[in-house]
Amino acid sequence: MRRALFRMCLLLLVLVSVGSCLDELRFYLGSDPKTFNPALVADDASETIRYLTGGVLLRLNRQTQQVEPELAAAWRVSKDGKTITFQLRNGVRFSDGTAFSAQDVKYTMDALMDPALHSPTGDAFRSGPGKLTSVVLTADRISLTFPAPVAGLEKLFDQVAIVSANSPKKEMAALGPFYVADYKPGAYITLRRNPNYWKHDDAGHPLPYLDGVKLEIQANHDIEMLKFSRNEIHLINSMDADYFDRIAQVAPGKVRDAGPSLDSEQMWFNQVPGAPIAAFKLEWFKSRNFRRAVSAAINRSDLCKVVYGGHAVPARGPVSPANKFWFDSQLPQARFDPSYALQLLREDGFRLTAGKLVDRGGHPVEFSIVTNAGNRTRERTATMIQADLRAIGIMVNVVTLDFPSLIQRISENFNYEAALLGMTNVELDPNAQMNVWLSSSDEHQWNPRQKTPATPWEAEIDRLMRAQASALDDKTRKKNFDRVQEIVAEQAPFLYLVNKNALVGVSPILQGVVPVAARPQTYWNIERIRFSAERASNGK
Amino acid sequence: MRAARTVALVVASLIAMVSLAGSLLPRFEYSRQDREHFSAGPSPDHWLGTDAVGRDRLARLLHGTRVSLSLAPAAAALSLLLAFVAGAAPGFAGGVSERVAKTIIDLVLSIPWLFLLLIVRAMLPLNTSPAASATITFLMLGLLGWGVPARILLARARRLRQSEFVLLARASGLPRWRLLLVHVMPNLLPVLVAQFWIAVPVFILAEANLSLLGLGVAEPLPSLGSLLRELETVLSIRGDVCSFGALIVLVVMVSSLQIAFVKHEVS
Repeated sequence: MRRALFRMCLLLLVLVSVGSCLDELRFYLGSDPKTFNPALVADDASETIRYLTGGVLLRLNRQTQQVEPELAAAWRVSKDGKTITFQLRNGVRFSDGTAFSAQDVKYTMDALMDPALHSPTGDAFRSGPGKLTSVVLTADRISLTFPAPVAGLEKLFDQVAIVSANSPKKEMAALGPFYVADYKPGAYITLRRNPNYWKHDDAGHPLPYLDGVKLEIQANHDIEMLKFSRNEIHLINSMDADYFDRIAQVAPGKVRDAGPSLDSEQMWFNQVPGAPIAAFKLEWFKSRNFRRAVSAAINRSDLCKVVYGGHAVPARGPVSPANKFWFDSQLPQARFDPSYALQLLREDGFRLTAGKLVDRGGHPVEFSIVTNAGNRTRERTATMIQADLRAIGIMVNVVTLDFPSLIQRISENFNYEAALLGMTNVELDPNAQMNVWLSSSDEHQWNPRQKTPATPWEAEIDRLMRAQASALDDKTRKKNFDRVQEIVAEQAPFLYLVNKNALVGVSPILQGVVPVAARPQTYWNIERIRFSAERASNGK
Repeated sequence: MRAARTVALVVASLIAMVSLAGSLLPRFEYSRQDREHFSAGPSPDHWLGTDAVGRDRLARLLHGTRVSLSLAPAAAALSLLLAFVAGAAPGFAGGVSERVAKTIIDLVLSIPWLFLLLIVRAMLPLNTSPAASATITFLMLGLLGWGVPARILLARARRLRQSEFVLLARASGLPRWRLLLVHVMPNLLPVLVAQFWIAVPVFILAEANLSLLGLGVAEPLPSLGSLLRELETVLSIRGDVCSFGALIVLVVMVSSLQIAFVKHEVS
């Protein structure tokens, strides 16, 4: 009995020591993934799993923002923009040993484009009515023909993780650098190195370098920061400026500012006809001069300095300068000029009386800004806007609401005056913003679901967005989308405030981490991340 | 003990007077933003430093203390008045009214008041001035916070009703209203006072929690509750004692009031 107990203890000790010797990267997921099926990914956690385990035909390099070959060694898009033909790599196997072939691509794409599946990834390919025609030309060649031209077709394949047609494990058989080895809901997901991963480094060493990744489920950012401070986790993909500065004070080598991210913070006024707000206020909000005046009275540089501790840049428009190709560098910097703001307001009949701005009808200019409660960065932004606008006689009431109430107000009953929120841009292509700019869209926040465009400039934006979406060459698309950005800057339906920087945490014991603005900021090159030699020798 | 009470009373009065007097001085403007010196430590210009958007912490502490110390006791008084009507009176009357009151109190206590507050907030107009929002917040707390004291008062009033001296008074033909005023009220007073001083800090903290849900005192007006949000997260706690100003004032004030006034609690 004693001997058996001793053996068990010894075995346990061996297992623990083997576990601690593994090169296992650890970081937190904010929630459980809603699915492991790559076709159904719609949340951040599932996207992380897809990125780490999924093998794709083409990958958008997050650093260069260019499309690069992965499982497809070469590809060609037809002149009409409807057909793409892939030449696949040979000798590639899934994590369970099943061979990869064109049949798997066909299986994946047919499933993805099946309307019954309701795949968000598949929706991006649906540029017109009709079905996808997928033809397996040879075992390593496949041609996919879409019913209508798809703008930016190659980039969309960045999110298409190929699923095996033959493996009994289906989507759990991975072609990416890792596969899911263990999942305990609410606690953790363990990924292990895919032994059949096809990539090698320049020296011929098989990739990935890491033995595994442990993703612990943790929604509390405080705990995430504390664990990171104690070196219990190795990466933080996105952190607030407050946290960043506090960690930078004690361990500057652990945090990095990757420059402007793709995300923006913006405010807008409710322009929905029939919204339950005073008619004279609706008139203010519909006035271009009023919107531009408010924009000119907001000191964006101070927002960057005070709220973001210098880790943000004043926003110029709907596209961040981090988006190298689509950003319109000709857009003017938003100017902070309270006297210009007052001049614009005077043109619309507003006047300052005893330090208070009143409109033509004698109504004092006062409105509320709603934003989500609990987001301190946004609450501070609203407080600073409140102070800036007080300087031109405008009274602003800051109202923080719980998120469901906020969404109900801005999307359903339109019982609000102005809103302050952010836009998270995951994709670089402007097609991803189609739902924001089309006047008929639900996400056209200032006046959604229009039957016909309410203003000529919205009609023009509709036309330009559709034109860029159907154009095949990037030059024409860029020209059209640049014009959209210019109209938005002129009309100011959204007052873009700042583009916050991508602030990340990277443990100094990691090598190969190159933080970038695009998601996933820290582990986009996961197969090339490794622990430093010092750490390996310490056996930590 | 008398000396401790005197000291406590002096401390509480001092805090109240300083907050009132200081908040009236133009030097202590609570919403002015010094954007060149945000999140700064103590300096000649800002004796307790500045908050995250450069507002003077001392000015905000003075105003916040004034707001909380005037509204939280008012809310506590309101809730105790309701508790007296809903708990003490039926408890003394007994019979059907006592059973009905108990049922109502249980019902009120079972309501998830946080969700109720969210619904109330959703119905309020958005353009409410900060002063009005502060009043509404504490009014809501007063209107919804009477359940627990009502149950305690009901139990206490029932015990009094059944006590021998009340029985004797009734047997002597004393009218009910006189019985209530002369015999019951003085005996309920210690419980009322204790409940009052329990309710004041509870309401201040409740207001801090509510501000997380968008129900608290609106910016830029400070309150002790909203100032406590500086200590909201573990990492936001800074080393300097100034960021603990609101907490220190709250603890000192409540402790002083407890020592100074809750002297008849034990009965």
